[in-house]
Amino acid sequence: MSANDSPDRPAAALITHDKGDFLESLDAGLRRRGLGFAAPVIVWFFSLFSGRGAVIAVPYVFLLAFFLIPFFIVLKISFAETALAIPPYTGLIEMVDDGFEYYLTLKLNLANYLTIFTEDTYVRAYLNSAKIAAISTALCLAIGFPMAYAMARASESIRPTLLMLVILPFWTSFLIRVYAWIVILKTEGGLLNTFLISIGLISPDNPLRILNTEWAMYIGIVYSYLPFMVLPLYANLERMDLTLLEAAADLGCRPIKAFWVVTVPLAIPGIIAGCFLVFIPAVGEYVIPELMSGDNVRVIGRKLFTDFASERNWPLAAAVSVVLLMILIIPIMLFQRQQAKLQEAGR
Amino acid sequence: MNVASASRVPFEPWNDPQAKPYIRIVNVTKTFGDFVAVDNMSLDIYQREFFSLLGPSGCGKTTLLRMLAGFERPTSGRIELDGVDMSAVPPYERPVNMMFQSYALFPHMTVEENIAFGLRQDGVPKDERARRVDEMLGLVQLTKFAKRKPHQLSGGQRQRVALARSLVKKPKMLLLDEPLGALDKKLREQTQFELMNIQEQVGITFVIVTHDQEEAMTVSSRIAVMNHGRIAQVATPTEIYEYPNSRYVAEFIGDVNVLEGRLTEVAADHVVITSTEADTHIYVDRGTSAASGSTVWVAVRPEKIDVALTPPEQPDYNCIKGTVWDIGYLGNLTIYHVKLENGKRVTAAVANRRRLRDKPITWNDEVYLTWAPDSAVVLVS
Repeated sequence: MSANDSPDRPAAALITHDKGDFLESLDAGLRRRGLGFAAPVIVWFFSLFSGRGAVIAVPYVFLLAFFLIPFFIVLKISFAETALAIPPYTGLIEMVDDGFEYYLTLKLNLANYLTIFTEDTYVRAYLNSAKIAAISTALCLAIGFPMAYAMARASESIRPTLLMLVILPFWTSFLIRVYAWIVILKTEGGLLNTFLISIGLISPDNPLRILNTEWAMYIGIVYSYLPFMVLPLYANLERMDLTLLEAAADLGCRPIKAFWVVTVPLAIPGIIAGCFLVFIPAVGEYVIPELMSGDNVRVIGRKLFTDFASERNWPLAAAVSVVLLMILIIPIMLFQRQQAKLQEAGR
Repeated sequence: MNVASASRVPFEPWNDPQAKPYIRIVNVTKTFGDFVAVDNMSLDIYQREFFSLLGPSGCGKTTLLRMLAGFERPTSGRIELDGVDMSAVPPYERPVNMMFQSYALFPHMTVEENIAFGLRQDGVPKDERARRVDEMLGLVQLTKFAKRKPHQLSGGQRQRVALARSLVKKPKMLLLDEPLGALDKKLREQTQFELMNIQEQVGITFVIVTHDQEEAMTVSSRIAVMNHGRIAQVATPTEIYEYPNSRYVAEFIGDVNVLEGRLTEVAADHVVITSTEADTHIYVDRGTSAASGSTVWVAVRPEKIDVALTPPEQPDYNCIKGTVWDIGYLGNLTIYHVKLENGKRVTAAVANRRRLRDKPITWNDEVYLTWAPDSAVVLVS
């Protein structure tokens, strides 16, 4: 840009302005050449490279590259059959050339889906996963709400510190944190048992058996996902107008009742956001049940891994994950609708 | 309206030695750490009053209101309501309601539910609750909006919901914290009168906090002008305006010219002040507590000053000569800023009763400013 350009015009405005000019002239040019029918599409394509278009395009490109394309690959595999090959499944489209005829076939194998919906182990694994996720979500809410409430009502000077403490565990690898819990909960020489024995609360002959039970799994899941519950709740509670509680008290409402009739209803958006953020990943959880719950807890994540790794049945594993995604899409869509409704209400 | 005829009887319980104060604030002090928000304040408010606490921000008026509501406890002193000491009563047990500056409407409840909230807390049966909510909706003209949520209402409508919600429990005292602060000027003026009408209809004692002196003047039976946690003056709007007791009050309420001078003649029915600042003698037909020879200030309101191009018959008293420095034409009034020889400025406001004057006063004209002996006030502090 030359120094002669008017200095009071911000550079950004100049760029978008020029792009706008470019798009307009492109549109006009196409129409002049009798290409008016194609002009909207071409202009849209070029608008992707203008400042605003690029910003809007980023999430779409991200979604396309890291969600839609992988999803369609998985979907494709789920309709294939296993094969002794690398990768270990058949193609869907085959060229047939038997000398007389010459054509393409598309073969969709539905047996994988049939297995999932008819075989008891799969149905039960899905239900069990949903149950574990629901219980974990409820536990996270029960623990997370008081935590978030205490944080939001703490003095303003220590709130950033408290927030930091909630986020801090993310700085350590998830796996390391799960292994740390194993070290704590171990029956033989675990930190918890050692401590309880040393203070004489339990006898060394009869230590607590937590690891490799459902309890250990719940501890692991609740511990891992608690921040996802606390953060949206905190954001919501911290924003709450405290004069509403004064108004409630002024109108004759005791503080405990005001909590239930004012604070909790106003926290519902935060509660919903937190519950979805815990429930959705908890349904597909694989690592924690695998490492902490022993062999007796059947969840869909473990089933999927066995099919994929041990059985080398990629098509079945792909079908399991497609069904899992379909199950999760329902709460995700409910969540999205809730968010949209909130935006509409403007608060 | 029959209320109008009733209000013609002067309502001045504060002048009646038989009248018992409804709200007694006795030696109340409130400190936050080192900061003294309310400093040993005593104040009596009578039933059915529309009482204003007026002052600049930080003068302690909101703290006092919050103590009346029960959100703050006095550090020392007592607050009595209808003969009962309120100091230790929590807000949810006080027969007092408050209208918040931000309105504090519950965003998750409809207008109707907001108004019914207080009645619900008291366990008022459903039928009666519905009846009283309807009554309130009628009073504030929001019947059509009963099912709306607060975010679907305009600022003025929200203000009326807040008023209805705080009135529905028929409190012994209604506290209003800057109730009209969020409204624009036109709506504010209109709402002031609505508020007065509603107060007369419901007969509840109103205590209002405001920093807007015009608002306080319009609505109040009495005003307490506050400064640094203390009361500067408590009086009716007229008294506050016409007979302020200090330069602070005179300058806080309306525009005023303050002339410094020395008392040269003190009698029971009049005083004479010699002002070197204004280069004149000032005759005031009211006595003063100050002794002859002491320094005092004379306050003269701009609208009480006449502006003339010719000298008056008696130029020795209450007459200042100066040149017109600036003119502000407001339509109904014309404001003359007159500069005296020593550089002091005096402001005069002249009503434009006729459309055109014979000989208009204009910039740099030499003018004579005069006022009547009963127009000025002597201030000793």
